[in-house]
Amino acid sequence: MTETRAARSTGRERALTVGVGAGGLATADMVLNIGPQHPATHGVLRLRIVVDGERIVRAEPIIGYMHRGAEKLFEVRDYRQIIVLANRHDWLSAFSNELGVVLGVEQMLGMEVPERAVWARTALAELNRVLNHLMFLGSYPLELGAITPVFHAFREREELQAVMEEISGGRMHYMFNRVGGLKEDLPAGWLGRAGRAIDNVRGRLPDLERLLVGNEILEARTRGVGILPRATAEAFGVSGPIARASGLDVDLRRDAPYLGYGELFRPGGPGRVVTRNEGDCLARLEVLLEQTHVSLDLAEASLDRLVALPSGPINVKLPKVLKVPEGQIYCATENPLGFNGYFLVSRGEKTPWRLKLRSASFNNISVLTEMLPGQLIADMVAILGSMFFVVGDVDK
Amino acid sequence: MANGREIDLPMPTVRHEDIRVRLGAVSEHAPRPIKVVLNWGRRYSLWVFNFGLACCAIEFIAASMGSHDFIRLGVIPFAPGPRQADLMVVSGTVTDKMAPAIRRLYDQMPEPKYVISFGACSNSGGPYWDSYSVTKGVDQIVPVDVYVPGCPPRPEALLHGIIRLQEQIASERLSTQRLRGRYAGSRVASAGDVSRPLLRRPAPTQAFPTVPAGPTAAGGGE
Repeated sequence: MTETRAARSTGRERALTVGVGAGGLATADMVLNIGPQHPATHGVLRLRIVVDGERIVRAEPIIGYMHRGAEKLFEVRDYRQIIVLANRHDWLSAFSNELGVVLGVEQMLGMEVPERAVWARTALAELNRVLNHLMFLGSYPLELGAITPVFHAFREREELQAVMEEISGGRMHYMFNRVGGLKEDLPAGWLGRAGRAIDNVRGRLPDLERLLVGNEILEARTRGVGILPRATAEAFGVSGPIARASGLDVDLRRDAPYLGYGELFRPGGPGRVVTRNEGDCLARLEVLLEQTHVSLDLAEASLDRLVALPSGPINVKLPKVLKVPEGQIYCATENPLGFNGYFLVSRGEKTPWRLKLRSASFNNISVLTEMLPGQLIADMVAILGSMFFVVGDVDK
Repeated sequence: MANGREIDLPMPTVRHEDIRVRLGAVSEHAPRPIKVVLNWGRRYSLWVFNFGLACCAIEFIAASMGSHDFIRLGVIPFAPGPRQADLMVVSGTVTDKMAPAIRRLYDQMPEPKYVISFGACSNSGGPYWDSYSVTKGVDQIVPVDVYVPGCPPRPEALLHGIIRLQEQIASERLSTQRLRGRYAGSRVASAGDVSRPLLRRPAPTQAFPTVPAGPTAAGGGE
């Protein structure tokens, strides 16, 4: 749904003289409205771009079409119920979203989490990261015009979702984290089945990769397009795979380790931070692809650790009414799309006084105002798709 | 535009019509065998317009992929836009800010049109039932034929919902028809209408004279 209208709000008129001729050809700015319902915005992001011919002069993301007021609702939910809402803002990384809340609450309570829960969480968080990346590895080529990769991506997703569903009962919203551990113990034989699923996905990932890496058409659409300079990424607080594709070497899993990441990212461990320096659309896609491999390795390593661990509890028995002591904490985790932080202020009640959400996509989308000007309209979809955002994560 | 002159493009409006003639004479007064044939055709070629809003949209996509594949039920997800679609699947949280756009795109769909509300949020607000910005169900804006429960529902649930809709089309038991007068004619104002006057119907006076009986133009608008 696009509509055009004369640039009324710009208040100025740009005149370009093209070729020779009496007076030349005058052009005026045109305001082009992309969204809120547009196939390329995969969600309800709205962009108001001012174009001069085929060139974008200004771009402004208009957000709020998916604003569900989650932060306000957190304040009337107790700490068990918050998990329900917390995992829904970024619906492609539900497990990582829950993780931030429970880690923060556990730190406030000074709670010690059983080791099995720590490693199970690490494995599930990485599987969730793979699921997230597979979605974008499928949808981004779709936006560029390639239909096949999405079928491969969803085949792998179904395989991993089956494993996640077996453990938690949910295909997308797991709600498997609890303060102090996980909801239930792992089903018998789950570790083996999860390991096999990882092997299967890893074995078939080259099928998907072949369609993306070295594809002439895809490279023509993405190489050198939508370059995000490192300085801009820093200034806008861009994080996650997009920042790393611009050479910004940050990853909270390594830099501020939580769960079992301290051990996994040790030298010689399976963890490594994938970076690129080009900062273009192709680099962002490559980072995502390589991160998928790394995450599969990390998940496998966590499962191996779980196998080696002696049996024991997977959660801590909680009191009937869970109250968090007075104080405040900022707890950030590395979500698949970037930093995801929760600022929790408690006044000693069973609900938080304030739970501020710092979501990755909001910052990642803000930078579009800098990236889009100067680009062609035809490249806009390629750039937008390569920013790997979830609208719920933008609007909260 | 060349001189920077302001061009006033009017907002798309809904033509005021007698709602009883929306489906056209053919389907309303056709003999029973013809109706059966018409409905048979309608139920198995539902060009679907995915109003993907939130989490449920991902499950909608999963339902269209290889393992669930709703194309085998005759649901075709390649409609270029609402004007070419028969079925709208609203999947995800409807917010008050988004509501006018949904109504607007629904109005653009040609008759006969069907709506599936997919997921708890679009059914009733779901987990956001007490949010200040969420519309408590898409049925406040558009008439809904089939509600698919779940948060998000499994792809199989969507398949079941589609089969239910097809049964309803076959037997012409559509809530759209019962509620049409209530919603499409003089519907109750929703929060979205109040906040954004996008969809206000023009007064049924001179500007848009009432169209005499006959099949309506596909598109409803303009």
